[in-house]
Amino acid sequence: MTTEGSAFRARRPQDWLEDYARMCTIRAFENQVQRLAAGGEVPGFPHLSTGQEAVAVGVSAHLGDGDSVYTGHRGHGHALALGSDIEATLAEILGRESGLCAGRGGSMHLVDAARGLMGATGVVGGNLPLAAGAAWAAQSRGTDRIAVVYFGDGATGSGVFHETLNLAALWKLPVLFVCENNGYAEFTGREEHSVVQHVSAFATPYGIPTQTIDGNDLPGVYAAAGVAVRAVRSGSPYLLECLTHRLSGHYVGDSQQYRSAEELAAARAKCPIERLRKSLIAEGIGEDQLNRLAEIAQQSVTTASDRARSAARPDPRDVMDHVYSSQDIVAALRCSA
Amino acid sequence: MSQTFIEILRRALDEEMQRDAAIHLLGEDVAVGGAFGVTRGLVDRHGTHRVRNTPISEAAITGVAIGAALGGIRPVLEIMFIDFATLALDGLVNQAAKYRYMSGGQLSVPMVVRTQSGAAGGAAAQHSQSLEAWLTHIPGLVVVAPSSPMEAYGLLKSAIRLGDPVAFIEHKRLYSMREEFDASAPLPNIGVARIARAGTDLTIVSYSATVVDALQAAKVLALDGISAEVIDLRTLSPLDMATIGSSVSKTHRVLIAHEAVTQGGWGAEIAARIGDELFDELDAPVRRVGCPFAPIPFAPELERALLPGPETISATARALCGKG
Repeated sequence: MTTEGSAFRARRPQDWLEDYARMCTIRAFENQVQRLAAGGEVPGFPHLSTGQEAVAVGVSAHLGDGDSVYTGHRGHGHALALGSDIEATLAEILGRESGLCAGRGGSMHLVDAARGLMGATGVVGGNLPLAAGAAWAAQSRGTDRIAVVYFGDGATGSGVFHETLNLAALWKLPVLFVCENNGYAEFTGREEHSVVQHVSAFATPYGIPTQTIDGNDLPGVYAAAGVAVRAVRSGSPYLLECLTHRLSGHYVGDSQQYRSAEELAAARAKCPIERLRKSLIAEGIGEDQLNRLAEIAQQSVTTASDRARSAARPDPRDVMDHVYSSQDIVAALRCSA
Repeated sequence: MSQTFIEILRRALDEEMQRDAAIHLLGEDVAVGGAFGVTRGLVDRHGTHRVRNTPISEAAITGVAIGAALGGIRPVLEIMFIDFATLALDGLVNQAAKYRYMSGGQLSVPMVVRTQSGAAGGAAAQHSQSLEAWLTHIPGLVVVAPSSPMEAYGLLKSAIRLGDPVAFIEHKRLYSMREEFDASAPLPNIGVARIARAGTDLTIVSYSATVVDALQAAKVLALDGISAEVIDLRTLSPLDMATIGSSVSKTHRVLIAHEAVTQGGWGAEIAARIGDELFDELDAPVRRVGCPFAPIPFAPELERALLPGPETISATARALCGKG
C-alpha cells in the first residue's frame, strides 16, 4: 500500500470520484476557454488554471456555507470547485448578461457570492487583505466561518502580502492563505524574483503555521487542507503552500519563450488528473467508470459552452447599472448627468 | 455650549456605534485617539474589538476594511493623512470602487474612509496636500468634504449609513473650529450641496475649509457692494450640478475656490461642466482660485504665500465683477 493508498481511506470512494469528476470538469472548461479564446470569442486575455486543479478541488472540499473565498486572475478552477454553474461561469468569461457578474467582471473578476466566491482581483496581491478583512468580520461576528485566499508565488513580491501576514497573525484572523506556487510570476521564474525558495518560509517569522506540499497530489492536498482548515476554524491564520505547475502560459496566447519544451513536458508528466486516475485504478476503481466521469465532465462543458455562446449579450443601455448601490447616489448622478 | 470639529466628529462616531453594532473603527492609533484625537475615548465605550489599532500598513488595512464590509460589518477606516492614500490606492481605486460594478450588483462595499487633508501649521509637503481630485476621478467612490463641525456631524452619519464606499475628507485647519451642537439639525443627503450664503452678483463654489475663506471674502465683498452667493458642495462626487445651475442662472458669474493645486483640481471639472451645461448663463469666463503648481512648503511665510485665502478669493471676485 502506498502512502497515497492510506490517504484514500480518509473518505468514501464516492468522494474521491466526485473530486476526480470536478478536476476533469475544470480541465475540460479551461480547454474550452482556450479554444474559444483562440477563436476570438473571449474578450480580453483569460488566464487558465490548467494543471493546478488538485489545489482548488482539495481545498474546496473543506469549505461550507458562509466561508468566504477570494481568488485572483487565475480563478476559473476555484469558482468551479466551489460549485459555480459551468454555464454562468463561461457566460461571464464570454461577457454575457447571463454570466455570474452580468458580463461586468469577466475572466479575472469572477464573483459568485451565493457559492462563497467573494472576489477575484486582477491586481496580484490585492486580494490578500480583503480575505483578512472577511476573516475579521467572521471573527467579530463570533462565527466559526473562515476566509480563504488563493494567490501565486508572484504575489509574495508585493508589500501587501507581508503587511497582511503580519496583521493576520497579530489579530489571530481565521484566514487560510493558499499559495499555488507554480514557479512562475507571470513570465519570469521564481529564482529571478526572490532568494526565498519556499513561500512557507515567509509565514515562520510571524508565527503562522505553515506547510509546503505537493499541490498535484489530490489526496495530499485534501489531507493538508483539512489540517489547515481545522487550525483556521479554531482561530489561527495558516499558510498552505502548494507546489504545482501551470500547464498553460501566463494567459491564452502566451508563446512561453521563457521555458523549454523539456520543462513543459516534465510538468505535463506530473498532471494531477492523470496521477489521481492512476491512484484510483490502483485502489480498485474501474477504468470504465473513470472514463465515463471524464466523458460526462466533457459533455457538461460542451453543453454549457453551446448555451453560453448563444446567450444574450448585455444591453449597451445598461452600461451605467451597478456603479453605486445607494439610491441617493444613483438619483444624484441622474440629476447631474 | 459650543464644541470643536473634533469633538462633534467623535460624537457622531460614538452615536453611530451605539446605533449599529456592525460599525467598527480601524486605523493607525485609533484606540488612543488617532493623530488628532478624533477617536479618543471611543475604545473605552466600545471595546478594542470595535476600535482597532492597526500596524502602519495602509495597503493592508484598506483591503481589510473592504473585506470586512463584504463580510457584513461596517468599517470606518482612518487613513491618518490623505498623503498616505498613495499607499491605499489599490484598495480604494481597484477594489472598493469597482466591487459593485464588477460583481454585476451582487456585492457592495459600505465603508467610510475618514482621512485628513490640507495645509496648516508647517506640516510640509507630505502631510499637507489636497488630493481629493484623485478620488473624484474614480467611478464608484463617493467623496465628501465637510466645511464646519455641524456639517461634519451630519455628513459623517449620512456617509456611514450609505451603502457605498465614501472618502470623508476632513481639513486639519477646521479641527479647532467651534460650533454650537444642534441636536435638531436634519441629516443631510449625500450628493446635495447647500447654499452657505445667499447672494445675487456672483457664485463662489467651494468646499471644505475654503468655504470658511469664501464666506469671509463674501463679507468683505458685501462692503464693496458685491453680493456673493457661496455654495458649499459638501459632496464632491457625485457633483450637485442642480444647485450650481440654479445659482449660476441667477448670478451669471462663477468663481471656484479650493485649496488643491488648480491644475487638474476638482475645480477644473466643475468649470468644464459649467461651460458645457450653463454657457448661455455666463456673463464672464469661469474663474478658479487654488494653489499654484508647487508642493506645500514648510516655512510659515512660504506656506502663507502659496495658499489661497479670503484675499485671493475677494480680489478674483472683484475682477470677475468688473470692479477689480
